[in-house]
Amino acid sequence: MSATHSATAHVDAHGAEHATATGLDHRKMLWWAFLGSDCMFFGSLIATYLVYKGRDTVGPTPHTTALGEGILNIPLTSVSAFVLLMSSLAMVLALSGITAGNMRKFRFWILMTAILGSIFVGFQVYEFTEFYQKGLSLGGNLFGATFFTLTGFHGAHVTVGVVWLLSLFFWSFTGRLTQANAINVEICGLYWHFVDIVWIVLFAIIYLIP
Amino acid sequence: MSDHGNATSHASPQAAHQTHASDATYWKIAVILTVVTAVEVWTYYATFLRPILAPTILVLGAVKFALVVAYYMHLKFDSRIFSGFFLFGLMVATATILAFIALFKGLW
Repeated sequence: MSATHSATAHVDAHGAEHATATGLDHRKMLWWAFLGSDCMFFGSLIATYLVYKGRDTVGPTPHTTALGEGILNIPLTSVSAFVLLMSSLAMVLALSGITAGNMRKFRFWILMTAILGSIFVGFQVYEFTEFYQKGLSLGGNLFGATFFTLTGFHGAHVTVGVVWLLSLFFWSFTGRLTQANAINVEICGLYWHFVDIVWIVLFAIIYLIP
Repeated sequence: MSDHGNATSHASPQAAHQTHASDATYWKIAVILTVVTAVEVWTYYATFLRPILAPTILVLGAVKFALVVAYYMHLKFDSRIFSGFFLFGLMVATATILAFIALFKGLW
């Protein structure tokens, strides 16, 4: 390290020491940069959805219009939105467990997070299937194209998150994940909360605002 | 809140622990998120609120978004550099959405 580029020894919560110019963990820095870029990704998809909103010439449409009755199931999606919100609570409790060295607490809540995430994906599969049976498809109309693309990418994010959570759960039994590298759980948690806040936006824009 | 400490301290494992809120705070935030979600859905069905439905839903959504980012993602307690990375992406995304709406909805 040169004299003009002084580094600060950063000791994270897990005992691993890294020399970084800012004194911050570079893995967290990278992850926040990724989440910022993912904001732009979903921003572009949301922009496309909003631009085409209400321009359908054929149904099905999200809300009731002259083209027919609305296809969205608000009560069902409200429940799935609640499930995803609660999975965020489970995630922070899992992180709290591993940073305190309480592996039993960590395993319970990380598994709970994965289960709640899986339930959310299950709701989405059910919804997609129901919509498809009602005639909504990627190529059918503008709503179908933008809805399936936007919520499909979100669902893919959630699915990747569930696989990641389950990996952490199993690694905690093999010794690959311990209190010493709880940063891995924190980074996974940031990703998980990100998919939660994206759904907060999508739930409002797609489902609750006609 | 009293259950969090110095957000910029990374000198020791104990300090890193203090950058997060307590479990009790997480549960309180979960209750608030649940209540706000219930109000959102109720607003959707309250026909007398139709004229102000969109701004109400957007404000309630923004409250939930801010709570999750601040407490569950720990940005309230963490380095402002992390906030900068995230807010930059968020601002570009918001600007993109507003620009597209202005261009394609004939507001420009």
